[in-house]
Amino acid sequence: MAVPGKLILALVVAMLLSTKIKGIGLYRSLYYLPSILGGSVAVSVLWRVLFMRNGMINQILGTIGIPPIDWLTSPNLALGTLSLLQVWQFGSAMVIFLAALKQIPKELFEAAEVDGASKVRQFFTITIPQISSVIFFNLIMQTIQSLQNFTSAFVITNGGPMRKTYIIGMKLYDDAFKNYNVGYACAESWILFMVILILTAFVFRSSDAWVYYADEGDRK
Amino acid sequence: MKRVQKDLLLRHLVLIVVGFILIYPVIFMFFASFKASNEIFTSNRLFPDQFLWTNYMNGWTTGATGKVNFSNFFVNTFALVIPVVLFTVASCSVVAYGFARFNFPFRKILFPIMIATMMLPNTVIIIPRFILFKNLNWLNTYLPFYMPALFACYPFFIFMIIQFMRNIPTSLDESAKLDGCTSFQTLLHIMVPLLKPAIFSAGLFQFMWNWNDFYNQLIFINTPKRFTLALGLRLSIDASTEAVRWNEVMAMSVCTIIPLFLLFFSAQKYFVEGTATSGIKG
Repeated sequence: MAVPGKLILALVVAMLLSTKIKGIGLYRSLYYLPSILGGSVAVSVLWRVLFMRNGMINQILGTIGIPPIDWLTSPNLALGTLSLLQVWQFGSAMVIFLAALKQIPKELFEAAEVDGASKVRQFFTITIPQISSVIFFNLIMQTIQSLQNFTSAFVITNGGPMRKTYIIGMKLYDDAFKNYNVGYACAESWILFMVILILTAFVFRSSDAWVYYADEGDRK
Repeated sequence: MKRVQKDLLLRHLVLIVVGFILIYPVIFMFFASFKASNEIFTSNRLFPDQFLWTNYMNGWTTGATGKVNFSNFFVNTFALVIPVVLFTVASCSVVAYGFARFNFPFRKILFPIMIATMMLPNTVIIIPRFILFKNLNWLNTYLPFYMPALFACYPFFIFMIIQFMRNIPTSLDESAKLDGCTSFQTLLHIMVPLLKPAIFSAGLFQFMWNWNDFYNQLIFINTPKRFTLALGLRLSIDASTEAVRWNEVMAMSVCTIIPLFLLFFSAQKYFVEGTATSGIKG
């Protein structure tokens, strides 16, 4: 749902922070803060207030002349608004990227510099392959987490409008604990489990092709 | 040199702007909690016209529920979270010690199984758990939270502590053994002091997760008297669907995240380190 946006943002910020820069600790905690707060009901409530028709976001947009947008009640946008809340919590992914970036040997960049590779080229041919295992790790963890998301959909939109934010977690909850259709809900949770399993297996399989491990077989 | 400096300045600028946008909602929440209800939706100035402390008072006592107020919710939340954290830390350290240092039958099979349970999402196991706890008559108590913690049902933390333990040289264990320590004493006197950072991170994460948790609490707890903050907050939106007093709700939201805030700023080093090490190693 929101995984790619989150990972890209996390990587970009991690790149910006990776070089020695003053006040890195401050920035890091600043960016990490949403991850601490993000899962709570309080923040879901906040999101609801921010994105209401006359909420803060629309007011700010209004001052630069953009007419109000129905963030939460329009069937096309509601899911996007919820995803934004997920993207907002990119802190943990960022910290993991940051640690990975630090471990890339400096010589690689120096060699590339000598060979005349541009910064962009360096990013794609050195940075990305070097941290591919970490990208992969983040990808799995974030996907599994997104599939389990429940609080925000439940508190902010309650599945609406027109079931556009009726995510699997909510359906499970409704079937098991509202309609007392436990058998049905169990079947659903099995399907969810299979999906996660297949997803994980798929990413693991494909990882051999594009993930680079420096210490292949070192541990495990 | 000029170019490098310009580059650095640009970086700082980008970081500050992005950071500000990210944090703005939280700042907004803080100030909105002092505003009059209609001011939240009509004025786009950040600072309130006047600081209304009554939002906090009203939100706290009435909370739209009558009999229970946020004092109950706070007490309940602490009563739930703190034992869970302590149990988790203790049990997970013991289990991790077992897996890291002892050779016992079926260890080779049991370890992957333990790790595999990490893949089992909460959403999937919630139904069997619910049925189990219902049959044990544990609904509406905090036992569904205490017991899994007591039996180390958090493979993530076990894994994290094992990773730390691997960096502790086994020679330490051996010398402790020679000095006559039982294996449990070794854990207590040798391992635990060295594992402090890992244990601290595990505890912090567990605290944060349980504090923010909503799904499990929603399912296992039904009577308002036992409601936690997460449930109480949601109650105050739900009770009056007609005219939610958002300023009071905002005020209570601020209250619920203050403990997290304090914890984060006093221990952010551990949070960040915990994320980095558990993610990278292994």
